[in-house]
Amino acid sequence: MTPHQHAAKHPEIWRRFSPRQTLLRYAWYLGVVAIAVWSISAMDITWFFLLDAHIQALDMATRMWPPEVGYFRKLWTPLIETIHIATLGTVATVLVAFPVAFLAARNTTFNAFTWFIGRFILVASRSVNTVVWGLLFVAVFGPGPMAGIWAITFRSIGFLGKLVAEAIEEIDTGVVEAIESTGTSRLQVLWIGILPQVLPVIYGTTVYRWDINIRESSVLGFVGAGGIGIVLYSAINQFRWQEVSVILLAVFAVVMLSEFVSASVRRRIT
Amino acid sequence: MTATPLSTGRGNPPRWQRIRTIENPLVRQGLAAGVLVYLFWSMGTLEINWGRVAEGVPRAVDIIVRMLPPDFSRWSLLFRGTLESVQMALAASFFGMILAVPVGICGAGNLVPKPVYLVARGFIILSRTFHEIIVAIFFVKIFGFGPLAGVLTLLVSSISFISKMLAEDIENMPPGQLEAIRATGASFPQLLIYCVSPQVLPRFLGVSIYRLDANIRHSTVVGIVGAGGIGQVLAASFSRYDYDFSLAILLTIISLVFIGEFFSNWVRNQLR
Repeated sequence: MTPHQHAAKHPEIWRRFSPRQTLLRYAWYLGVVAIAVWSISAMDITWFFLLDAHIQALDMATRMWPPEVGYFRKLWTPLIETIHIATLGTVATVLVAFPVAFLAARNTTFNAFTWFIGRFILVASRSVNTVVWGLLFVAVFGPGPMAGIWAITFRSIGFLGKLVAEAIEEIDTGVVEAIESTGTSRLQVLWIGILPQVLPVIYGTTVYRWDINIRESSVLGFVGAGGIGIVLYSAINQFRWQEVSVILLAVFAVVMLSEFVSASVRRRIT
Repeated sequence: MTATPLSTGRGNPPRWQRIRTIENPLVRQGLAAGVLVYLFWSMGTLEINWGRVAEGVPRAVDIIVRMLPPDFSRWSLLFRGTLESVQMALAASFFGMILAVPVGICGAGNLVPKPVYLVARGFIILSRTFHEIIVAIFFVKIFGFGPLAGVLTLLVSSISFISKMLAEDIENMPPGQLEAIRATGASFPQLLIYCVSPQVLPRFLGVSIYRLDANIRHSTVVGIVGAGGIGQVLAASFSRYDYDFSLAILLTIISLVFIGEFFSNWVRNQLR
């Protein structure tokens, strides 16, 4: 190797990236920026609305202040209904999600077909938003909390099922083998060998999902599926802004409380 | 010859019992009883119109029959809505990622003074608490109907999500590097460039990509309150009982989310 080649291969000044890497990196940056600019410019945005946005926002803020505190007394029933929808939906989810997770985990499913069915249920459940499920179930069961409970359940199955299926795939196979070798049935293997291993995951994700569900059930009323969303939606539509601010405060308090409860329960479990 | 049972000479061994998560039986059974009582109480207080619910099964059958087969004939409307949702998600993720950097740095307790920290954390908590649809309603009131309100909604939730993750990553950094760079007399921007960014950048990119995939999911729903995207088309088709078109939209959303998730997983694996 000539000194010249050597100098080219081992330069005096250390650089983190080779010129090729630098070029590639800048190409990436350029591509990402181009995509972002295209997205903004191709959208059908009425920029004209931006002109008076600050006036609109200020107007809304002055109408919302002060909150009509006395209105809070009427919010107890819808608030409790919101919590019930979230909780009952979560309870129903646990009952359905475990069998589905069992199908969707590679090591416990029966064959490739059942595995695909399990996976498809999980993906479809997660892709459709709770509120869209709400639309569907309001059409089925009519407006009211029943539609909300079903909506919560159908969205949560995918969430809980995916995490539990992943936990099942990562269990200690030695335990399962040991139990199988005692001549147990398939159901007993599931009940004694697998379930206890994933139980902490089930508890943890259930409580976590419950706290997300409280937030979701606060808007289910927008499509008529019960809870405080109904009150909020009608207050907004009738421009009762001082009531809107009370409702928002109540939602804030409930969501914060549920997040606190869920975090402290999860800390005790894990 | 008959097999005789082995005798251990220790009498009957204690019955084997499963290990319980909650060991105290009183607490365990109390909890189970509490759950039962709650179920009865909540089902009793909810105002459910059981007569209407009972009609649900034939209705569901009717809806499913009307949904099949999915109607893709208005594909141009479907395509435009889907494209708008994707654009909303892309724009919100990009700008959210950029704006989350200052917010995330301000939310890291080990870098900034207490008042700044409290303001940033306050913003994060506030915007995390309210569901996207509530935020979207307010943006629709302020900016009018259309995708701008949707982009801003997704932007707010992206900023709060990415910056929360970023702030936590910065706080969890080992303090050694921070002290070492500080000891060389580095200014605050230098500290960020040479100490913070190399440690948190890979995870920051991963979280941002994850957020892109979450934004695609959420962009399909903000349209329900008029903030643009495929959700608006979906809500309209539902209110017109146009169920075969609804199913076409739902299938499109499911495949879109599936592609988005696949892409996000692929990129995150590349980053690792």
